Amino acid sequence: MLLISCPWCGEREETEFHYGGQAFVAYPADPESLSDEEWAQYVFFRDNPKGAFAERWVHSAGCRRWFNTVRDTVTNEFQS
Amino acid sequence: MSLRRSPLAGYPGITEIPFLTMVNVRVRPTGDAAARISERLGGPLPVVPNSVVDAGSRHILMLGPDEWLVVGPDGDTGLPDLLREPSASVVDVSANRTTIEVRSRDLLEHGCTLDLHPRAFHAGRCAQTMIARTQVILWQTSDEPVYRLLVRGSFATYLADWLSDATGSTSSTG
Ligand SMILES: [Zn+2]
Repeated sequence: MLLISCPWCGEREETEFHYGGQAFVAYPADPESLSDEEWAQYVFFRDNPKGAFAERWVHSAGCRRWFNTVRDTVTNEFQS
Repeated sequence: MSLRRSPLAGYPGITEIPFLTMVNVRVRPTGDAAARISERLGGPLPVVPNSVVDAGSRHILMLGPDEWLVVGPDGDTGLPDLLREPSASVVDVSANRTTIEVRSRDLLEHGCTLDLHPRAFHAGRCAQTMIARTQVILWQTSDEPVYRLLVRGSFATYLADWLSDATGSTSSTG
């Protein structure tokens, strides 16, 4: 069980949260000009680092706010 | 009035405080609208997370950085109109939840993962969390302690069943 720190509510158990995947995946600036492959890259492809990973989480059972955080994928330690 | 029926009417062994008036307010915390709302309430919108401001017969619970729940007594029908502002969302959510009063920290700790010890949680604190896997707003009103659980109507009997069951297990283990 992870203890996750919500910026608004403080430390709460993992069961109160939902995972939102990689953070900072920007919507394409010029969507009409994208090829199918570029769309696939945007929609389906994500980094999978061993170590620090910036992710989105939502505190669904609490304040229902989305926030960004950095988790170490090796140790599960939250760094921010 | 006689047609009203609260979710836990007649439920044995549970203290329900039915029909409290609840208004959800979403507004930019630093704007004029928020200032007018708090002036009319006679108390500031709390900006400390998980805290409650006592405004006479009403209480203001902070739910998020731009969201509050104002709780008034049963029959406080003027409350939504009192808070109405063009640049705020003010919604009467009284029918969304009912309120259960609990007077035992030990009992809540059977199904709540928050630290409810007085060093971490005390009167004037609130939290949106899970108790027995059900989403509630937990609000401590007195250090005796007295807690209020604001639970959605359709989950109220489940939570009441769980509380009754857990009461049995706390009393048997002392
Ligand atoms: Zn939160």
